[in-house]
Amino acid sequence: MKPIKPNDMMLQTLARLIILVVLSFSIYLLLAGHNNPGGGFIGGLMTSSAILILYVAFDMKTIKKAIPIDFVKIIGIGLLFASLTGVVSMLFGYPYLKQFFDYFTIPILGEVELTTALPFDLGVYFVVVGSALTIILTIAEDDK
Amino acid sequence: MNNLIILPIVIPFIIGAILILLAKRITAQRILSGITMSFLLTLSIYLAVIVYLHGTIVLEVGNWEAPFGIVIVADLLSTFMLLLSNLVGTICLFFAFQTVAETREKQFFYPLYLFLMIGVNGAFLTGDLFNLFVFFEVMLIASYGLIVHGGTGYQLRESFKYVIINIFASALFIAAIAWIYAITGTMNMAHIAERVAELDQAGALNFVAMLLFVVFASKGALFPLYFWLPRSYFGPPAAIAALFGGLLTKVGIYAIIRTFTLMFNHDIGFTHKELIVTIAGFTMLFGVLGAVSQFDFKRILSYHIISQVGYMVMGLGIFTPLAVAGAIYYIAHHMIVKTALFLFAGVTERITGTTDLKKMGGLLGTHPWLAWFFFITAVSLAGIPPLSGFFSKFPIILSGFEEGQYVIAGVALLVGLLTLFSMIKIFSYAFWGKQKHTKEQASVPVRKLLLPIFPLVALAIILGFAAEPIFTYSLEVAEDIMDPANYIDSVLKE
Repeated sequence: MKPIKPNDMMLQTLARLIILVVLSFSIYLLLAGHNNPGGGFIGGLMTSSAILILYVAFDMKTIKKAIPIDFVKIIGIGLLFASLTGVVSMLFGYPYLKQFFDYFTIPILGEVELTTALPFDLGVYFVVVGSALTIILTIAEDDK
Repeated sequence: MNNLIILPIVIPFIIGAILILLAKRITAQRILSGITMSFLLTLSIYLAVIVYLHGTIVLEVGNWEAPFGIVIVADLLSTFMLLLSNLVGTICLFFAFQTVAETREKQFFYPLYLFLMIGVNGAFLTGDLFNLFVFFEVMLIASYGLIVHGGTGYQLRESFKYVIINIFASALFIAAIAWIYAITGTMNMAHIAERVAELDQAGALNFVAMLLFVVFASKGALFPLYFWLPRSYFGPPAAIAALFGGLLTKVGIYAIIRTFTLMFNHDIGFTHKELIVTIAGFTMLFGVLGAVSQFDFKRILSYHIISQVGYMVMGLGIFTPLAVAGAIYYIAHHMIVKTALFLFAGVTERITGTTDLKKMGGLLGTHPWLAWFFFITAVSLAGIPPLSGFFSKFPIILSGFEEGQYVIAGVALLVGLLTLFSMIKIFSYAFWGKQKHTKEQASVPVRKLLLPIFPLVALAIILGFAAEPIFTYSLEVAEDIMDPANYIDSVLKE
């Protein structure tokens, strides 16, 4: 029997649009997380779901070419971010993980609250993206 | 200054993360992890000394005041455990350099190893019950990784049971924590201890105490929750089996000692003197009977972990300063000697290619150093006088008789005898008799492998001959933990 070539045009076209929305919302969640619902964990999960939509719509080879990242490494980078954020406060003589924040005025964005909790959240974000995608792709690759 | 006590958790964390990035470079991984573990060992010696000289150190993480924030507490008991665990961790790592296959090393062996150390060190240092759960999980998840590492069929099958029992225990753990939060309204261990003393709630507290006891008993391999241990420790390579055998069950025992001296001391007559002592007796007896029935080097050692965990818990159950000091001394003795014995099992496996005692023989002729080192540690385990095993069993059994717990003291003596029997069994089968390994196997060099084990053998002797200063130290640790006010005052600063 001739293998049927699937025609996923609808899905692929929509996927390009959807991931734009999902990715930007995930970044919003990551940044909002300090004072509002959201944070590194949820943001990370949402980002990895966006990338997964791509994997579902296209095939694994294409996406691997488009995103040539080893997701395991992302976990390492995330862990480094999270742990080093805590160490910074130790350098100033405060207890580990003590957080600092202040308000800055940045052109275009206006007044913004910058916190040291953000790099920590970024670390969590990377760890979640890395581990979620590693787990799912490892299971998916079994089915070759 | 106070930040010093979080370094045993943060340093392996950072280095572990870097090692993930260096996954394919084995030499770099070995060097980095070797330096890290040696540094941790030095640091934990330093911590033990300054805590001994200047008293408990408390760190309020993130500058949130106790009891609202999380505290990291280094008191005598935790620094003592920290020192031992990093000693065992360092030695097993140097042994792993030579024995673990390169294909395994590439599969994140060293990052997992360091993450395991985060969990262990964190569990010893934390002063917060929920945090204890978190560090237990860190340790367990890393240990799941290490126990299936390499992925042979046997390992997969046995570690599945290991994972299931631990997940079940963790679920119970979190339920118990919720319960204790409902009763006392706090998670800080010092604060819980304070509230427990104020509340008149023996019934509810006993229930939670038992729930937590079941959790820690399944991690520490007490009767009747030890069934997973002998088989799952049989699968992984010797360095990992030694690390697990020396370290992991003792984290469970540490948690029992900590919670049952600090928090659940409201009904000692029931929880300690009846329940814990009874369970300790069964643990010792069934562990040693299991060992006697085995004919495999590693399995005998695994069953002996169970019987010896019983001694430690028995010391806690009798609950006099002498008995608790004995239990603490026993932990030190056990971690050192048991790790060494597992590593010896690894060395003989390297030579003969098997751990089945019936297929071994005559190693004394071809590898005399190995044989005599093994002999010293084995008789130390069995409790022959000038060595460490004797001085750890003696105070426990003595205080058993003093307190009128004759049955358990009798059981402990019998178990000591049977331990001697199975150690002699290993020695006579594997080292005496006709040589059963080939000439090529007889010329396998083991000197390099014995090098990392040597400090442990030396310590087993030192712990015996210098028993007095070390026992004085354990007695101080025991008196410190048996008066919860010390811990509470230094954490809550009242």
